Amino acid sequence: MRLSYPDSIRIIRLPCTGKVDVIYLLRAFQKGADGVYVAGCLEGECHYLTGNLRARKKVEYAKKILDEVGIGGERLEMYNIAASDGPRFAEIAREMHEKIMALGPNPIKGALREKKAA
Amino acid sequence: MIVAERKPIEEIMGFVRDFKKIIIAGCNECVTVCYAGGKKEVEILASALSMAFMKEGKELEIKEVTLERQCDPEYLEELRGFIYDYDAVVSLACGVGVQFLAEKYLKIPVFPGVNTLFMGVTEEKGVWSERCQGCGQCILGQTAGICPISRCAKRLLNGPCGGSTKGKCEINPELDCAWQLIIDRLKELGRLDDYDTLIPIKDWSTERAGGPRKLVREDLQQ
Repeated sequence: MRLSYPDSIRIIRLPCTGKVDVIYLLRAFQKGADGVYVAGCLEGECHYLTGNLRARKKVEYAKKILDEVGIGGERLEMYNIAASDGPRFAEIAREMHEKIMALGPNPIKGALREKKAA
Repeated sequence: MIVAERKPIEEIMGFVRDFKKIIIAGCNECVTVCYAGGKKEVEILASALSMAFMKEGKELEIKEVTLERQCDPEYLEELRGFIYDYDAVVSLACGVGVQFLAEKYLKIPVFPGVNTLFMGVTEEKGVWSERCQGCGQCILGQTAGICPISRCAKRLLNGPCGGSTKGKCEINPELDCAWQLIIDRLKELGRLDDYDTLIPIKDWSTERAGGPRKLVREDLQQ
């Protein structure tokens, strides 16, 4: 299909979104990610039955924490995409990229840069 | 188990705002099982606090530790080697653990990271409910294994009040009437005669009404 999606996106592979943990999501932001989205299989089509449903709940919980600490829960999203649906994958990547570009950088990025420089 | 829930991050931030180096201490027992203060929650809180302060342009050094228990001195000793290298401790143990830690290390402020709620059960994943109030004189033998002290809003001892409607309590339509549960279960067990036996006026001195409690077993003392 030779579809393209924004090069700002880094893919971290997991065996199933059920493996996603709240701390993985927080650590990404703690290390300076501007946004994170979890791409799981379509609901009802999880090979492990409920992996993607559990992931959604964890994402919701992590969003609340991000709101509490002032990073902003809107920087984190959960999507469900069929493994075979390349066009939708690229579309979501663009959608998320645009959303995060509009939100601007992770509010702790400046502090992280200073820390690195020190 | 003792059931607890994490305090709002803002409240915890308020505790540690003036410090530079803190310890977040989890507990491997009850609060781990109810997802409030185990190793995972320590990691989450450390990450959240670190981000929140970084956003304010402040750096907070955080050491993460999770003890086997915070209600036993032997495990609290594990902190001895390094605790005073830090400015404060946030304990994610129940109120018991927080206090015992504070009692063992007098020269460092200890703050609670959770609100301790009750002694209860895991009804299903993510749902906990109260089962015991530690009244000091268990009457479960007469009440079909269902406790009217912890599960009846009025702590009645001899049957339901007038607020029991269709098996539910008047304080909350979703709450089962403890006495309805007791009677139903006595019936099932063929022991409804137990219901005829009056439970005498309870001596509340073994409960909190008698002040802080203590148990001493001389056979175990060294």
